[in-house]
Amino acid sequence: MSTGIKDKVAIIGMGCTKFGEHWDKGSEDLTVEAFIEAITDAGIEKADIQAAWFSSCYEEINVGKSALPLSRTLKLPFIPVTRVENLCASGSEALRGAVYGVASGAYDIALALGAEKLKDTGYGGLPEFSTILGTKNRVIFPSLSAPGSFAMMANRYFSKYNLSMEEGKRALAKISVNSHKNGAKNPRAHLRKAITEEDVLRAPIIASPLGLYDCCGVSDGAAAAIVCRADMANNFRKDPVFVKALQIGVSSGEELGYTTWDGTYVETTTRTASRAYEEAGIKTPREELSMIEVHDCFSITELVTYEDLRISERGKAKNDIEEGFFSRAGKIPSQPDGGLKCFGHPIGASGLRMMYEIYKQLQGKAGERQIKNPALGLTHNLGGLPQMNVVSIAIAGI
Amino acid sequence: MTGIVSYGSYLPANRIKREAIFNGMGWLHQATYMNGDKYVANFDEDSVTMAVASSMNCLEDNDREDIEALCFATTSSPFIERCAAGIIGTALDLSSQINTFDLTGSTRAGTSALLSAINSVNSGTIHSALVCASDMRLGKPGSSQELQFSDGAASLLIGDKGVIAQWDGFYGVSYDFPDHWRTENDKTDRAWEDRFGREEGYRKFIYEAISGLLSKYHLNPKNIAKVAFPGIYPRDHALLIKALGFEPEQLQDHLMASMGNTGTAYPLMLLISTLEESNPGDRIIVAGFGNGSDALLFTVTEEIKKIKGQRKGLKRHFSSKRDLDRYEKYLSFRGLISPEGGIRAEAIPFTAISLTWRDRREILGLCGTRCKVCSTPQYPAQKVCVNPDCQAIDNMEPYRFSDKKGKIFSFTADLLSFTPNPPAIYAVIDFDGGGRFWFDLTDCDLDSIKIGTEVEMTFRRRYRDERGGIIGYFWKAVPGLR
Repeated sequence: MSTGIKDKVAIIGMGCTKFGEHWDKGSEDLTVEAFIEAITDAGIEKADIQAAWFSSCYEEINVGKSALPLSRTLKLPFIPVTRVENLCASGSEALRGAVYGVASGAYDIALALGAEKLKDTGYGGLPEFSTILGTKNRVIFPSLSAPGSFAMMANRYFSKYNLSMEEGKRALAKISVNSHKNGAKNPRAHLRKAITEEDVLRAPIIASPLGLYDCCGVSDGAAAAIVCRADMANNFRKDPVFVKALQIGVSSGEELGYTTWDGTYVETTTRTASRAYEEAGIKTPREELSMIEVHDCFSITELVTYEDLRISERGKAKNDIEEGFFSRAGKIPSQPDGGLKCFGHPIGASGLRMMYEIYKQLQGKAGERQIKNPALGLTHNLGGLPQMNVVSIAIAGI
Repeated sequence: MTGIVSYGSYLPANRIKREAIFNGMGWLHQATYMNGDKYVANFDEDSVTMAVASSMNCLEDNDREDIEALCFATTSSPFIERCAAGIIGTALDLSSQINTFDLTGSTRAGTSALLSAINSVNSGTIHSALVCASDMRLGKPGSSQELQFSDGAASLLIGDKGVIAQWDGFYGVSYDFPDHWRTENDKTDRAWEDRFGREEGYRKFIYEAISGLLSKYHLNPKNIAKVAFPGIYPRDHALLIKALGFEPEQLQDHLMASMGNTGTAYPLMLLISTLEESNPGDRIIVAGFGNGSDALLFTVTEEIKKIKGQRKGLKRHFSSKRDLDRYEKYLSFRGLISPEGGIRAEAIPFTAISLTWRDRREILGLCGTRCKVCSTPQYPAQKVCVNPDCQAIDNMEPYRFSDKKGKIFSFTADLLSFTPNPPAIYAVIDFDGGGRFWFDLTDCDLDSIKIGTEVEMTFRRRYRDERGGIIGYFWKAVPGLR
């Protein structure tokens, strides 16, 4: 009988670089910076690490294939290192690998590190999409971009809930305004300017109906976590954070191949969240969660995620947003670090960055952004597109 | 009886006013001024895609399995070596047990292809052949050819059953007459003096072909209902008719002002517009021109009544119109100027030809699969049924989506991803009868689509890899049933 991951593994150290356009830094610089912060925070030596998981999505940009970029950069002494890639959920996959490695009893201490160097492409937005779709898909897929695929979800959502373009865009604008408000207070965030709803509505269109401020930053960065057996966590620090759930779900292909999905939600999030809540023993997420970091690659993603996580009712996330439910002073603060929107999105690092904020908040070390007495935080890390994707949900608590 | 069983035509959605071209380049040669419109293939079209479009139109309501030959006439094949008729046949999902060939070298290839197909059927060697003619020729910016040339395609299904126009005869002349030409290095047309082509060629060869046809079959002009031939020199077109002894009302409108010179497709399009207006018993002469002239004689049968009223002729094209207001856009689509596409435009991944061969029916033919257990159509072809309540393994049959209509499930207009004609409009399409996939949309604006808009499929260039000499053909959706 499987018992799940709850309370078997603790996070005892984390690191995260400033995310942004690091024209003067390569993935090695970012990797070392995140690693040093994590082991210093954990109070361990490199030699204490018994295994490592490394995540990066666009390995062809600067980083390189395999686990070698991590082991060679850090000079890890011939230990097991695994490279994982699961689109934008890669960072959560690295954490999952390390946590499961420790939970299996094979290791006492493991490292998860994600790094991405997106600004070496020569253009804005994510790197040319078709390179990651496989040699056949690029022949038969349309001229897709990430914002375009999520824009299609926004159009479906507006249509289903009878929102005019104006009403829909304004609902989404409030989401970006909240992220910018939080990001402005975060010294490590990529985008640190507070904005107004009017700024969002006036911004140039990227993929209709989504405009520039509906889209997250595309950044360079790295983040790392040191995990260990739960029973030894207090040897390292008095405030370890415990993993309560770590779930991942992947599309079956039904969304784009069959005709039952209505395009206004992410099926994978719904299913993965149910498993994660069960694993963590959460019955009513709206009452029990203290804070969340969701995958707000686009404003519409954040909107539907509130509903997919069963925090807001279907079609009602808009009301919760308007009432400040997800603001820093609200019932469940969302994106207290600025989210992907403002903290930025170096793909392979993002899942770990989300956990970094939960970890710091749970320890009461989030400074100006500190939420009052959080006990349980959730990260939602989405890879791919609404029509086909990977979703990772991690829940951590004290 | 051998003759035409069905016809289909295609003109691109985009038209440009010749005045717009003249406004751009007329300063160079003021004498080139011409009235009317010219049809302009979109950036994702070429002679092959247009031939598929006219053939899809021609084959509506006709069995594709019976076709035994496919002949493609063009002077503007995208390939010097690779049988374009083979691409067209695969796109049309025809059997591979057929004879395919390209006929090229002269604008007369359209009528020659027609004659060749007729001869094959008439000899009894085969029973059914598809002829398609398509051209997308380029004149140099500022030339009179640029104003005259137009893009379009025509298809004729030739057979020995259900004939709407019986073939009755042929007469032709062939001359190595170099009024214009292109060598392997020429992207645009080269021509000798206009008067030479007109007086020494056009007036003489068409006269010889049509008068030769009449005397060969002991006919006089009064026996003929309509005579159709290219009007590339409109004034001489009228003079020729007079010289041949026809009355003006026997002359089929040459469409030079409203359509232009569509090359190999031109005489076949004129034949189609004649058939659109013909009655049983009408005798029709059609002549092609280019390094000589071909003249063919047909008699319309009672079967013509069955095809009338279907959306196969040219009239529907003339009534739908999208103005390409910018001459610069035309130059850009044809590669006559090289606009900045950004570094993203250069990030074109490698195409595995072996893959496109392996999956040719799926890619070029838009064939997915239908589950034999639950009947769910699915694209692309699946091994495991996508219906969550079925999930049958390896129990599929081929299923063609190219001739299915669909509705827009959701859409966007994307300014981030690269396209030669931004924004990139694409949509998830739900097919009538089942099946869902996403496709680029073409020949449309964001304003003209919404959730639920009806679409049909059109064969296009999905991408172009200049470095590898790759043309990535695939299918796109077009909103509205034109």
